[in-house]
Amino acid sequence: MQHSIHQPKRTSWKLFYLLMGLSLTGLIACGAGGGNGNKTDSASTAAATADTSWALKPTDSATMISDSLKLPAGFAATTLVENLGRTRHIAVAPNGAVFVKLSKLQDGKGIYRLMDTNGDGKADKSFGFCNYTGTGMAIRDGYLYASSDTCVYRYKLDKDFNVVDPNHPEKIVTGLLARGEHEPKAITLDYSGNLYVNIGAYSNSCQLQDRTKGSPGQRPCPILDSAGGIWQFKADVPNQTYGDDHHYATGLRNVVGFDWNQQTNSLFVMQHGRDQLHDLFPDIWDTKQSAELPAECMYELHKGSDCGYPYIFYDQFQHKKILAPEYGGDGKKTAGDSAQDPVMAFPGHLAPDGLLFYTGNQFPGRYKNGAFIAFHGSWNRAPEPQEGFFVVFAPFENGKPTGKWEIFANNFSGGDAQTASGRADHRPCGLAQGPDGSIYVTDDSKGFVWKISYKQ
Amino acid sequence: MKNILFIFTTGASLVLATLLLSAAGVENFVLATGKGSFGTLQVPAQASMERGKQVYLQVCLACHQVDAGGVQGMTPTLVKTTYVLGPKTPLIKIVLNGMTGAVTVNGDDFHNVMAPHSDLTDQQIADVLTYVRNSFGNKASAVTVTQVKAARAANKPAGK
Repeated sequence: MQHSIHQPKRTSWKLFYLLMGLSLTGLIACGAGGGNGNKTDSASTAAATADTSWALKPTDSATMISDSLKLPAGFAATTLVENLGRTRHIAVAPNGAVFVKLSKLQDGKGIYRLMDTNGDGKADKSFGFCNYTGTGMAIRDGYLYASSDTCVYRYKLDKDFNVVDPNHPEKIVTGLLARGEHEPKAITLDYSGNLYVNIGAYSNSCQLQDRTKGSPGQRPCPILDSAGGIWQFKADVPNQTYGDDHHYATGLRNVVGFDWNQQTNSLFVMQHGRDQLHDLFPDIWDTKQSAELPAECMYELHKGSDCGYPYIFYDQFQHKKILAPEYGGDGKKTAGDSAQDPVMAFPGHLAPDGLLFYTGNQFPGRYKNGAFIAFHGSWNRAPEPQEGFFVVFAPFENGKPTGKWEIFANNFSGGDAQTASGRADHRPCGLAQGPDGSIYVTDDSKGFVWKISYKQ
Repeated sequence: MKNILFIFTTGASLVLATLLLSAAGVENFVLATGKGSFGTLQVPAQASMERGKQVYLQVCLACHQVDAGGVQGMTPTLVKTTYVLGPKTPLIKIVLNGMTGAVTVNGDDFHNVMAPHSDLTDQQIADVLTYVRNSFGNKASAVTVTQVKAARAANKPAGK
């Protein structure tokens, strides 16, 4: 093509070449300077900088095989059922019938009764019923108890632990709050005719505006009168609801795993600790600290117990109850003198969804009266690697830990990469003990139910 | 020879102008021609994507996660959903106002509260939405500062 501009003298071309050179230089400079915006440093794992006894030990990746649990020597697992969907809590009848509660209907059913009639470890009979979703599942005194997000029901069982009238459960508790967050109503029962229900706080830390930077905490926290605690009801009275004499314990953010300890005759709970210390208060906690804090705590409760949420959280490195930042805390100030201390504290955000005090005789003696805890796995450790997706064991005697906790069943996630990303193949949720002393673990990601047994 | 040099130099000047405009924080300057939200060769400016990624890391990642896949039952995925790839004004309003109450995405329910982020600038919102709409397997048109400004002006959240 012809030049359409007026052709100046030779010196103008030098100007064009200069401009070209500057452009190219600019391109190169921008390309180099743009670079990798990742501001998190690439170090490490969940290991704490302070008291490492509370930090997670690195997993043994050499033996991780997809779809195969990693267990201590002498233990083996079979899958009772696979791909049943969102299997949450589980209860096992004295004849070995297994009941699981689903948080999403599977073929239109919210509870499945599973039976392994030929002893090969796999369920060969299953019966589905119930048209509501939920988490809670328990058996006591010839009844199956189940919860939705607002009610607790019970079903009479016959001598073979079949449900007598599956379409007409008796409504035992009604009208419980379900306001978006922490809705599942985990349940357990004691041996004196009482039913315990978790009503989770519908908030992270009781800010005026939930999970919003700069929003203050509310004191008194208005949630606590009807959530953020444990409520106690009679196991055999229909249509109970909120009332003063039912408020059993307060100051608990959300409890999914809990169990009645038969040695101490008391209720032990696992609390899901608050999230987002760094997101909401980046000047106090960096991402690594926020990935470990606060601890997931175990508490022993009695009527009137107060565990301090939302005003405090437990810092397992300082071994103290720390004033929550929404209430003026700076990471160091302590508070909650009248609130309970935890029985045990675990690394942050692991999400304890199941608690079982083992009372069987199949496992070696050291396991008797100890605690199995199912950790569902974290999400709030990001941008640090996620953790959890395992079942731990802690030895106990008379309600007091007698040693450090250890990972008992691992590789639910499918591998190190799945754990770190949080994209786990399976996420442990419910725990139950069978009549032969085996334990059962559910996975609410795909609906596998494992039976773990000890072979001499 | 002079023809080639002239074309090359003009091209280089155009690129320089693009970079200057982007650096000045003016609307994401799309290098290719074409209109419409889908099906054209539109490439968001690199600088905008970098800025958007920083916003994502600092503000969004904690809940929506490193891969934008969300958290079961709590935080929805941002990968190939109609919320993210669809109309821009409702998407901008989600960033401005947050979300409460359960939301159903791809057949699953999610319950956690999303905080409002109206404190982000128009540029930050344009950048992060452009970044999300063009990352994690997503491909969609950029969100511009002008569009964010308009959505913010028309935004009247309940109860505020």
